[in-house]
Amino acid sequence: MNRGSLAKILSMSAVGALALTACGQAGQGGTTSEDGRVQLTMWTHSAGNPAELEVYEQIIDDFNASQDEYEVIEESFPQGAYNDAIVAAAAADDLPCLLDMDGPIVPNWAWAGYIQPLGLPQEITDSLLPTAIGTYQDEIYSAGYWDAALAVLARKSVLEENDIRIPTIDDPWTIDEFDGALDTLQDAGYKTPLDIGAEDSGEWWPYAYSPMLQSAGGDLIDRDTMLSAEGALNGPEAVEFFTWFQEAFEKGWVSSSGTIGNEEFDKGEVALSYTGGWNALPSLEAAGDDLLFLPPPDFGKGPTIGGASWQWGISSTCESPEGARAYLEFSFQDKYVTAFADNQIVIPATEGATEASEYFGPEGDLRPFVELSQEYALLRPETPAYAVISSTFEKAGKDIMNGADVQSTLDGAVAEIDANIQSNDGYGF
Amino acid sequence: MTTSASIPAPPHAAPEPGTVEAPRRRRIAAARRSEGRSGLAMATPALLLLLLFLVIPVLLAFGLSFTNARLISPNPPRFVGLDNFVRAFTADPTFLRSTLNTFVFALVIVPVQAGLGLLLAVLVNQKVRGVAMFRVIYFVPVVTSIVVVSILWQFMYEQDGLVNSFINTITFGAWQGTAWLNNPSTALGAIIVLSIWQAVGFHMLIWLSGLQTIPEELYEAARMDGATPWQQFTNVTWPGLRSTMVFVLVTITIAALGLFVQVDVMTQGGPVNSTTTLVYHAVRKGYREQETGYGATISLIFFVLVLIVALVQRFLTREKD
Repeated sequence: MNRGSLAKILSMSAVGALALTACGQAGQGGTTSEDGRVQLTMWTHSAGNPAELEVYEQIIDDFNASQDEYEVIEESFPQGAYNDAIVAAAAADDLPCLLDMDGPIVPNWAWAGYIQPLGLPQEITDSLLPTAIGTYQDEIYSAGYWDAALAVLARKSVLEENDIRIPTIDDPWTIDEFDGALDTLQDAGYKTPLDIGAEDSGEWWPYAYSPMLQSAGGDLIDRDTMLSAEGALNGPEAVEFFTWFQEAFEKGWVSSSGTIGNEEFDKGEVALSYTGGWNALPSLEAAGDDLLFLPPPDFGKGPTIGGASWQWGISSTCESPEGARAYLEFSFQDKYVTAFADNQIVIPATEGATEASEYFGPEGDLRPFVELSQEYALLRPETPAYAVISSTFEKAGKDIMNGADVQSTLDGAVAEIDANIQSNDGYGF
Repeated sequence: MTTSASIPAPPHAAPEPGTVEAPRRRRIAAARRSEGRSGLAMATPALLLLLLFLVIPVLLAFGLSFTNARLISPNPPRFVGLDNFVRAFTADPTFLRSTLNTFVFALVIVPVQAGLGLLLAVLVNQKVRGVAMFRVIYFVPVVTSIVVVSILWQFMYEQDGLVNSFINTITFGAWQGTAWLNNPSTALGAIIVLSIWQAVGFHMLIWLSGLQTIPEELYEAARMDGATPWQQFTNVTWPGLRSTMVFVLVTITIAALGLFVQVDVMTQGGPVNSTTTLVYHAVRKGYREQETGYGATISLIFFVLVLIVALVQRFLTREKD
């Protein structure tokens, strides 16, 4: 090797580094297209979900054709890598103009300065389901086209055969009734009578099980102050609920193995399934008229289900927020909201879209989910601490499921959450 | 380089003029300089990468571990002194459990995997037909992605999985297995078994290369002295494998202390902290829960522990002349 080739290597690496930097800059919004339009970059988490992407493409095409000032350019990521991509892009100051995000993470990103107040006209945000709106410190930061809801799926014939009362939204199962039903079903030959999806992991845990905790009178955090989980997550109500939760596994009412999704119910291996509306269509096919969508049991303070799904926001670094707003305003038309709902089997966020929906309209097969969402939906705590709360809740829940002492596990979770809130100076509360 | 070894090192400045040896010295000095340059050029890419991905991150981690830096936060990081270290050792039972698990894992893995690797190496070193096939069979898990292996073993470890149905069959139903990964007392053991199965082929290969450097004459001489196979092993094979042994021990120890993928894929540290490890805990705290400062603290403690282990190992395996 001589000096010449060394220089060659160095210059080549320099060129390579420059090329990489150039790539890194490519995502930034605010550039103009050939015909002089302002380009708006848009990221979705929907790669691998053609039903959802199809509607977005339709909206984007319509929007781009409807005016000649802006051009929306969509890029989709797989859900598993999406949040990482956003965090990395934010660290590199390279966020897209428009981005979607899961409802509970909105306060965190708003606090961190990733997104700016949405600024959509009030008549649009007022027309949406309250659970389809993301707020932080009383300011709206995001809005979504839909929400999801959970229900207990059952077969009418099975309940009648075992003399189990069929609950209604006005008169749900009490927890004692529910326990009795599970016992009866177990005696009737169902090895595991209820599928609650405990084999799943991640956000499913707080989404599915923290509403049960809230129904029992506990919560993830003290919502009045948002500064401590003390008393909410480890008070007597929480201990009572988690003791029930632990015993449900010990008695074999529920199980932590099996497949994610609703397959066991569709095959008739379990009698009841606590699951989301997105799983409802295959079950409808399997059980037909026999299928019931029941409210979850009342643990004491009335049934509760989780609210908030994926929503849209505008990044704080967007160079053309008016354009992003124009696009979002355009997109909240009932026809698009209906299209999302019927393509993806999620509850439409506007009343008009709900009426027009094939599945969720007044005569639709999945109408009960709309009622459940209206009656029982509760948002996960709207605090930037939610990222930590979610991870801590999942870990504590799994430990309790596997036999850990309830009180000390919950105390540990509370200490962890409180330490995090403290080290973040209260997250602005 | 043999010639230059006998010559006193020339000063970096030009040699004094007038001496007889000067032209030769100059030539050698020039050759040396050019050699040094090309050596530097060859080392540069590696040094740059090491600097970028090892030295700088370690220094950053050292600095960050005394702050409350967050991954996502509008507030600038603040110096918090030893708070993070105090928190790790007094207020974070998961951290203490992670440390324990990491060392239990290493203490089992290092001797068992090294021993099993040596046994397999001795077996596949025999001169019998079809021995190449066995080498391939033992080596296949090594070239399979550890993520894939973990997912497959996760299915095998289920309550009605392959492992339990196998146990059920060979004991004629007398013994029922558990859901291995969901039971706090078996989960770490299950991960140990899988990890050994996956990596033992690699160390078998290294032992094998060591075995094949031992000259056949030594064995012949030993046989003529009437040594039994066991005596041949203890007096010829084992001493001949010394440097291989040091290498195998060091690589297994480092790999074992860094346990992460199996835990992340199969148990996420559960059930009840029974499989959480230092690296897993650092990732969970520092990245998933966004506490970069605390994650850096855990990494720093991990770094120091590994350093101590490495130094102890180096001391124990030093050449005793």
